[in-house]
Amino acid sequence: MSGMFSYRAWEKVWIYRNTFSLGLLNTVKTSVLGILLALVIGLILGLMATSGNKLLKTIARVYVEIIQNTPVLLQCCFLYYYLAFSGHSMGIIATGVVALGIYTGAYMAEVFRAGIEAIPKGQGEAAHSQGFNYFETMYLVILPQTIKIILPPMVNQVVNLIKNTSCLYIIGGADLISLTYSFVTGENTGGAYAPAYIISGLLFFIICFPLSKFASTWESYLKKKEQRVNTAVKEA
Amino acid sequence: MSDFAHSITMLQNKNVLLYIGRGLLFTIFISVIAILISIIIGSVLAILRNYFTKGLMGILGKVAILYIEIFRNTPLLLWIFICVVFCPTPEFFNHKMMGLTSVEVKLLWKAAVALILFESSIIAEIIRGGLNSVLIGQFEAAKSQGFGVVQTFIYIILPQALKNVVPTLLGQVITTIKDSSYLANVAVIELMARVKQVLSSAGQYNGTMNVHSSDVFVLFGFAALIYFVIDFALSIVVRGMTEKRKGVVA
Repeated sequence: MSGMFSYRAWEKVWIYRNTFSLGLLNTVKTSVLGILLALVIGLILGLMATSGNKLLKTIARVYVEIIQNTPVLLQCCFLYYYLAFSGHSMGIIATGVVALGIYTGAYMAEVFRAGIEAIPKGQGEAAHSQGFNYFETMYLVILPQTIKIILPPMVNQVVNLIKNTSCLYIIGGADLISLTYSFVTGENTGGAYAPAYIISGLLFFIICFPLSKFASTWESYLKKKEQRVNTAVKEA
Repeated sequence: MSDFAHSITMLQNKNVLLYIGRGLLFTIFISVIAILISIIIGSVLAILRNYFTKGLMGILGKVAILYIEIFRNTPLLLWIFICVVFCPTPEFFNHKMMGLTSVEVKLLWKAAVALILFESSIIAEIIRGGLNSVLIGQFEAAKSQGFGVVQTFIYIILPQALKNVVPTLLGQVITTIKDSSYLANVAVIELMARVKQVLSSAGQYNGTMNVHSSDVFVLFGFAALIYFVIDFALSIVVRGMTEKRKGVVA
């Protein structure tokens, strides 16, 4: 732990600050693209799960169960090595985006499903009776109402995805954690363990903490509101 | 024989199966130990965060908040790397045991500490949810019966709080089993690492001297199946419990 206060170790981190900014950039890039993919997959599967069509429902269920019950690290390795050994390697970051998108997509699907199911059925029927087709109903009536309910769990999944970018390490990573690790173990740069890990952890914390704080604050706000409505209903 | 048939022969190799099977045992072992210890640490953190909010004791509450937020908002892998470098090893873990070399035992200890530190912060938040559902009258009743603070928590409050969150805790076991795969980054002990290890020398086992994409499919597919069977079984139990509870409330 002595390294924590060593001037030279901190100086080393400062000299190689580009390593950390590159890692951060890669982690952010992987996260943003991964989140977009996860949202698309989640929305499609969420709509399938609430469609009422038995086949679509089963497909969505099977996807969610298989992906949620196996480790993301395994999925990432599976994808990377399968592509590599069949000669179609698509690069580490792209593999990470796809693997994380597929994994978090399963969680997003559950978030969307729960959100859509929380909207009273009458809303869909009312929209239908007014001549809205399925997509108009979803896009204009149902989804806008779900947003405020699904936002907290959705943001929590975003935080999980950002933390899970560390699974890139096992496939030869370019993300923040991987670059931090190669920095502290590198021949010329090695040794500055404590400062490097502190910086790396701090960067993650600065991104993730506001997000999870937002999610928990919003959630408790929703709970309080629900309680107020409940007591109002009881009194009436 | 096709590539795929060659790959399948790996799973008929007794040594390979034994090697992977032992990895599975380590995965379960690490996860169960981590969860049990995390429940203890998590309970303490949750109580501190919830009830030690005022005066000098408020410092303890603040420390608990700091701990929970730091660990919840940074990746597990970072803590594994940190523990590998900084976590001291007690003499007890400096020996060969369970078929591992002393270096591996040391790494297992360090990685397990990281996993426990990380899961404690998540479990603390789960238990806090349980604490919030215990009625305030329980404290007053315990006090009127002459229970001290520690006794009140151990005998009255925690049992009720934990009972309320059993399904969520069981769900966290699923997450922990999945998270334990991150140990593969520092040591070849548990399931994920061992499967990856077999893949790296798959050429020897499939009889073709080369690694093919079908080997990846068979080996990682096999590992995925093992994880799936365990986690899916647990998730069915969790769902059953949650629905039963809903029924009781309604």
